[in-house]
Amino acid sequence: MNWLAAQASETQITHRARLWLYALAALVIAFLMLPTIIVIPMSFSSSQYLEFPPPQLSLRWYANYIHSDAWLQATATSLKAALATVAVATPLGTMTAYGLFASRLRLARLIMLVLLAPILTPAILVGIAVFYAYVRLHLLNTLTGLVLAHSVLALPLVVMIVSSALESYDINQEMVARSLGATRLRAFLLVTLPQIRFALVTAALISFLTSFDEVVIAMFVSGGDNSTLTRNMFNALRDQVDPTIAAISTVMIVISSLLLALFQTFGRSRDGS
Amino acid sequence: MVRGASLPIVLRQITKTYGGVCALDHVDLDIASGEFLTLLGPSGSGKTTLLMVLAGFTRPDFGSLKFGDTEVIRLAPHLRDVGMVFQNYALFPHMDVAANIGFPLRLRGVGKIEARRRIEAALELVQLGGYGARRVDQLSGGQRQRVALARAVVFEPRILLMDEPLSALDKQLRERMQIELRRLHETLGMTTVYVTHDQREALTVSDRVAVVKAGRIIQLDTPRRLYERPANRFIAEFVGESTILPVQWSNGACICAGQALKLPDGPVPEGRCALLLRPERLRLVDATTPAATFNILRGTVTSLIYQGESILLQARLAQGQDVALRAIAGGAGTQRLPQPGEAIAVGVAPEDTVLIADADGGE
Amino acid sequence: MKPGAQPNAPGLRRDALRERFALFGLSLPALLLVTVIMIVPIGWLFALSFVADDGSLGLVHYHRLIAQPAYGRIFLATFEISAMTTVICVVLGYPLAYLLSQLPRPLANLCMIGVLMPFWTSILVRTYAWLVLLQRQGLVNTIGIKFGLWQEPLGLVYNLNGTLIGMVHIMLPFLVLPLYGSMRAIDRDYLRAAANLGASPIRAFWLVFFPLSGPGLLAGATIVFILCLGFYVTPAVLGGGKVIMVANAVANDIELFFNWGATSALGVVLLLLTILTLALASRLVRLDSLAGGHRP
Repeated sequence: MNWLAAQASETQITHRARLWLYALAALVIAFLMLPTIIVIPMSFSSSQYLEFPPPQLSLRWYANYIHSDAWLQATATSLKAALATVAVATPLGTMTAYGLFASRLRLARLIMLVLLAPILTPAILVGIAVFYAYVRLHLLNTLTGLVLAHSVLALPLVVMIVSSALESYDINQEMVARSLGATRLRAFLLVTLPQIRFALVTAALISFLTSFDEVVIAMFVSGGDNSTLTRNMFNALRDQVDPTIAAISTVMIVISSLLLALFQTFGRSRDGS
Repeated sequence: MVRGASLPIVLRQITKTYGGVCALDHVDLDIASGEFLTLLGPSGSGKTTLLMVLAGFTRPDFGSLKFGDTEVIRLAPHLRDVGMVFQNYALFPHMDVAANIGFPLRLRGVGKIEARRRIEAALELVQLGGYGARRVDQLSGGQRQRVALARAVVFEPRILLMDEPLSALDKQLRERMQIELRRLHETLGMTTVYVTHDQREALTVSDRVAVVKAGRIIQLDTPRRLYERPANRFIAEFVGESTILPVQWSNGACICAGQALKLPDGPVPEGRCALLLRPERLRLVDATTPAATFNILRGTVTSLIYQGESILLQARLAQGQDVALRAIAGGAGTQRLPQPGEAIAVGVAPEDTVLIADADGGE
Repeated sequence: MKPGAQPNAPGLRRDALRERFALFGLSLPALLLVTVIMIVPIGWLFALSFVADDGSLGLVHYHRLIAQPAYGRIFLATFEISAMTTVICVVLGYPLAYLLSQLPRPLANLCMIGVLMPFWTSILVRTYAWLVLLQRQGLVNTIGIKFGLWQEPLGLVYNLNGTLIGMVHIMLPFLVLPLYGSMRAIDRDYLRAAANLGASPIRAFWLVFFPLSGPGLLAGATIVFILCLGFYVTPAVLGGGKVIMVANAVANDIELFFNWGATSALGVVLLLLTILTLALASRLVRLDSLAGGHRP
């Protein structure tokens, strides 16, 4: 097996000596991918119990899902909330990232820290705090309340992504555009925006997923008619394990994967950068 | 494109401080209409800051800036109507060449057909006719620079600003482009302010050069006067090669290396002085040297360095000072050069025996 | 011009200020949102923790936290579980990150898809999948028994084991990603120099590479630890009620007792622990620019 004896890197270590590393890495990656993959065949199981491998293939859980008003309503709520979160967090976050970047205020550091607070704070805390506030603001169990809370979670991610895109972007181009007659706004829209497009799409995608997959805050803040998919799933998991959840999970995975595929297509801009 | 109108520029008391550092110190400058003025200086001298003030991107603490008769110091950059070329060109990668050049026209509401005509004219001007459809990443460095230039002049601004536009190019290309820029300036005639740290470049392209150091203009002169009559030691060393020797005054005569110097006519700088010798102005003394009128310095050769078109000869004078002399290398009729260790006599014409103020900059 | 004159000074000053504020104004909406929705309510909660049940001010809730051993146990359990998860993640994640950082980019990117896959699957979905996999008749037990690794089905779910497995699964990418990034940034020239000076691959790794990867490792471990401290979903589902971490205790207190004072005190302590960990870690990562280098 001369492949094994071949040099694996500049430091002369052979593939054979590294075999354990390859094996371990493969195992870890398999470990990481396993749950996502296993859910899909699970959803086609005919059995009511969580058996794997499934005895027979069946679509009964999907039927269950589609015929259940509660589940469909929850799906609609989750989708609406996620899209609304994208609509709120992406522009606000982009404006913030640009404003902090262009103004080079000394305060910018401090402001960034405040904006990062939502991801550093334990979700449970945010959950009960928001719950407490919403009771008084009459925003409990409303879509608006949910979207606002999710936007707060997504904002730091948007700001981080757009900030890092701006840092590696040649801001001179805005200066040039302005010297050629463009106001700051036009320069941003005509020159900068097209070039950070990739980051914006990433930020939108992340905002969507942040909201769509969010459990803890939704648990406290959404309810009744505005219950999210994740909230219902969580309750279902605690009460009695229903394979319908597998079907819903697969649907969620498909939605996420579709978004990712869309993202890849938009990411491949015309000149392939 | 034809010769357009141009505006004079007047700066008064322009001052900018960053933290405790004074980047521009009460700068006064008058630039004539249609003039090609270069701001020359080392990094950190404030030359780029001054250019940015002209463009409107840097707001000074105070000062007055006039284009023609109009005070523009508080005018936003996009309203100043100046063309600008940046060091790294800053071409918009998401637009092709024609769109890049057409950008200022689009902002000014120029119609499509008229715009196309003017874009093509601008491309012809920089000798890139027909390149409109190319994408930016398909262009070489020199071509990008020319597109940046075309973009900056297509809307016929009356003032053109350039911030070290050639520093990213290699030597051959740079020298060709310097001559190109000069030709362009003669064709278009707009007032041009050019920033560079390369003294040779400054001498090549400019009508006048302003040497900037620590936020102040130390000398404002034509290239020739800057080179031949530098105001002080800093400029003498910054512009061109130099050997600077100390001198003493004794009974009204200027003594250097043990002998009284024959000086040119004209005023002598006040305060402490030093002697400036340019290597290419020194001659090896031979039968043709007018020994009576020339200053003669004697010493020993220490090294010869072949540098292609010339040979750098370094010698130590009798009193221990080092001088450098440049001799044309090779070709018919060149004399045999003395070798290291041999005695040497160096001759300098009085006009090339320049006394300079021995201060470092500032006043 | 008169000497000492400062032409246009007041106007220029005003322009500069106006520009500053205009740009700052761009970040105001976001700041407002975060402040109103999150910061103010948490501040409220913070204040509440000092209000006793009868309305008087005091540290009574904090006293309860210290006095009742149940809470002490909860904090200890939280700390232990977080530490264990972090250690396991490091043991599994470091070699993976190392290998990926040494592979040629296209191959590494391909493997990264596997590492990132958990991110675009909801936490609930993943937790549910582990529920299925770890049951007595689940896939793991089935394979283990079939290959003779163990005789009886192991209790891998609704207990600490299941919780740990689930948490490690969720946290691994958080360790691998920053670690991978910082390992990629380690200049190859350092290792070449080590080899040239006589170090074998193993010694070069321990003496040069490992120390340089330290800051990235610390950053990743800190993130994992902090996330574990406040984690709720996985212990709730996979722990079967037997695993109570601080977050679970907070949720229980609210849902069952609606005792805002006590719950907020608990929450405040959790927040303080998080901040403490962050502060400690940022002290240690002061030397984080050592591994920098340019990737060719």
